[in-house]
Amino acid sequence: MQLTAIQKFLWVLVGIAGLTFVWGLLWMGPRSDQSGSSQDPAFSAAFELTDHQGQIRSEEDFAGRWMLIFFGFANCPDVCPTTLAEVAAVMDGLDGDADKVQPIFISIDPERDTPQALAEFVPLFDERIIGLTGTPEQIAATSDTFPIYFERIDDASAPDGYTMGHSSHLFLFDGQAGFVDSWPYGTTAEEILTDLRKRM
Amino acid sequence: MTKVYLSAVTALMLAAGSGAPAVAGSKDVVVEGAWSRASIGTNRPGAAYMTVRNAGDEAVTLTGIETDLAMRPEVHRTSTSDQGVSSMAPAGDIRIAPGETVALEPGGLHAMLMMLQRPMVEGEAFELTLSFSDGGEVSVEVPVLGMTARGPKD
Ligand SMILES: [Cu+2]
Repeated sequence: MQLTAIQKFLWVLVGIAGLTFVWGLLWMGPRSDQSGSSQDPAFSAAFELTDHQGQIRSEEDFAGRWMLIFFGFANCPDVCPTTLAEVAAVMDGLDGDADKVQPIFISIDPERDTPQALAEFVPLFDERIIGLTGTPEQIAATSDTFPIYFERIDDASAPDGYTMGHSSHLFLFDGQAGFVDSWPYGTTAEEILTDLRKRM
Repeated sequence: MTKVYLSAVTALMLAAGSGAPAVAGSKDVVVEGAWSRASIGTNRPGAAYMTVRNAGDEAVTLTGIETDLAMRPEVHRTSTSDQGVSSMAPAGDIRIAPGETVALEPGGLHAMLMMLQRPMVEGEAFELTLSFSDGGEVSVEVPVLGMTARGPKD
């Protein structure tokens, strides 16, 4: 009897571990609701961070508009400027529909990326792009909300002795902040624009 | 006999070649399509892109880069994992087989320009020198394009 109870308990643990694993594999946020209809988004964008002009911004500020969100750091010379340049080209390509889309760059390097540092980086690609940053704790929390990963990589030859590894996907959220789609790094602005136009 | 004589002459010519890239491969290296993006000031590193083609019939090895624009220029490789996590690290020596082209392009290899000595200004250009293991060097003029450039033609 005693053993069976322990066994049951262990099986529950195994079940929880399994579910957690699958959950991780699906890269779903903690707010995901798998019991709902298939229409439900896998996760929703949620953040409260400081923009490059020093204002607090949350996903609610962009309700009713599509959000293009990506993660990076201003000291990144390759992937981040490339993605910013693609997003700038997407915004240009949207023409009159550009005001229906809010592009957002979230820093995963809060130590260096103060609002001021972002102000002299992000809007130079396209002034419609908003740069967001926060305290290290706030930024750490974004990887709980979004299915992203980032890490500090010590590299003696890099500026300040470190560089960052980070998820380089570009995420699309709908007007209710629900996840819609993501594009891997390297997707051209033209492809993104085509996908986006189909959705809008 | 003529053959032996010719080899001797060749050997003499090589010896006289003093340090300069001799028969080896780097003289057959062609660098094309170089470009870079403008920087904001000098606080953050820049990057330059180009293709390096080995038009010769011997392998060449790119061992380093130099420019007066940056105190610490280095060839880096960005890699992206299956999970979409991108990071970069020094690429080390890059061997280029005969007839092969190595592309330095966004998301792959790049000439990382650390400790900029002056801002990279759109419309300007800078010289970048590629060094090869045979002692040869190839210099290229890299134009600085706008921040939103996506390739050499932007
Ligand atoms: Cu680099």
